Amino acid sequence: MSKSEAHDKRGRAAPRNEPFLAEVEAQPFWDNLKEHKLTVQQCNACGTYFNFPPQAMCAKCLSSDNEWVPVSGKGTVYSFVTYHRAWHPAYQDQIPYNVSLVDLDEGPRLVSNVIDIPPEDVQVGMAVEVVFEDHENYTLPKFKPSG
Amino acid sequence: MSNLSGKYAVVGVGETQVGKRPEATTNSLHVEAIRLCLEDAGVDASQVDGLLTNQPLTDAHRSYAVRLAHMAGIDPNYATDLALGGATPIAMIQNAVMAIEAGMANYVVCVHARKRATPDPTPGYPIRSGDEHWEQPWGHFSAVANHAFAATRHMHEFGTTSEDLGQIAVSTRKHACLNKNATMQKPMTIEDHQNSRLIVEPLHLFDCSLESDGGAALLVTSMERARDLPRKPVQVLGMGQHHPHSSVMDAPTLTTLGSRRSSEAAYRMAGLGPKDMDFAQFYDCFTITTLITIEDYGFCGKGEGKDFIKDGRIEVGGEIPVNTHGGLLSQAHLEGIMHVTEGVKQLRGDAVEPERQVQGAKAGVISGHGGSLCMHASLVLGVQ
Ligand SMILES: [Zn+2]
Repeated sequence: MSKSEAHDKRGRAAPRNEPFLAEVEAQPFWDNLKEHKLTVQQCNACGTYFNFPPQAMCAKCLSSDNEWVPVSGKGTVYSFVTYHRAWHPAYQDQIPYNVSLVDLDEGPRLVSNVIDIPPEDVQVGMAVEVVFEDHENYTLPKFKPSG
Repeated sequence: MSNLSGKYAVVGVGETQVGKRPEATTNSLHVEAIRLCLEDAGVDASQVDGLLTNQPLTDAHRSYAVRLAHMAGIDPNYATDLALGGATPIAMIQNAVMAIEAGMANYVVCVHARKRATPDPTPGYPIRSGDEHWEQPWGHFSAVANHAFAATRHMHEFGTTSEDLGQIAVSTRKHACLNKNATMQKPMTIEDHQNSRLIVEPLHLFDCSLESDGGAALLVTSMERARDLPRKPVQVLGMGQHHPHSSVMDAPTLTTLGSRRSSEAAYRMAGLGPKDMDFAQFYDCFTITTLITIEDYGFCGKGEGKDFIKDGRIEVGGEIPVNTHGGLLSQAHLEGIMHVTEGVKQLRGDAVEPERQVQGAKAGVISGHGGSLCMHASLVLGVQ
């Protein structure tokens, strides 16, 4: 990426609207999503589920032995917001839109979107389940109200 | 009580004009702040042997502190960049105290400047926040939104409302209107706050801090040396930090932050508590940050902030004046370094406009907060 594309007019990192698929430690996450499987890292030494972002070693026991394991896809909204401003042109016609912190039942938290309902109907503590949104080169995990 | 408490002091402060400084560069604002600080302290650059600065967010030089020192005629025995976001200005004072105590330096300049209101003519390469790979694909971009997560959660747990947050913006604006060097000079009402546009709900435009040009610097030395200098020394009584998580994705809670443990450490070192404080300069990148900080620093119980901030209690003349300079919300956003210079000026007793001077101020507490609500530093200052 050239310097100009990487910057906004005040010199800050320019936002983008696509996943960073080349992030080495995250590749299993994106590969599994293409098959509609939501996975998180789990330590084989102590059983701990890793928080996001992905990392090479377990933050609890520092073991390097971990793998990406499937999760139920069920979770709870810890908090949510509604964007009324688009920081990237791709979102200009989507405002107002929801962004939520979703606590998976297994523990790890994802930043994601609760979809299928108007943003004003999203609530703290709401039970949600994963849905897969396919794009040309990647699949995004999003969430809808359970049941 | 730690034996470092009261041993070191701030003996000089420099504040540039804030707001729009199209003629300035990031570098020139830093040097201007250093010059004003050294003039105030009556200390020559050749006497200064330490310099601390904030890692620049958009013009990341290698070892910016060394570059700056030599732009300002300083030949340092101790220099480094610190990188704790809005907790950095306080961390600089803390590191200055530690460096002097360790015998590495005698006079340490702490400086930060920003150029965010007008374009920098020579932008460099930006640094990463570190979380964007796990936020941007879902349309999540901004510090506003991370703080809006905290606001939604505070509203859910404690019944706080947007109008309650508006009270913080309104009280802060009152102070800015009494400060000649504040960007915002027009009084604000709760209605103005409610009518300001939603940015990331539940936060409105007037819940958000400014984008500013400007800079400030402080000079730290020992109380022993301070006695030979012209300004009334303002002593560092207490210091603390706590960084309880690294992003919103690993935060155990967003309604109690590093501010709790950091302030406890600073009060313990000072041998003082919230009741001993004559003012508080609390980092206010967003109104919700100030509300959580007031609670975590023990001025009221958790969840009681929404009632505590009413009736002028956080205004000059009230129980605990907060952000007597107008804060990041209404004076200028310089990563909180002017919260520290304002604390020093209030304790000197003759350095701010009389209308916003806290009468008889002997001790005050200052907070710094950075990153995705994940970094915190505290400072208790006082005069004899
Ligand atoms: Zn482990």
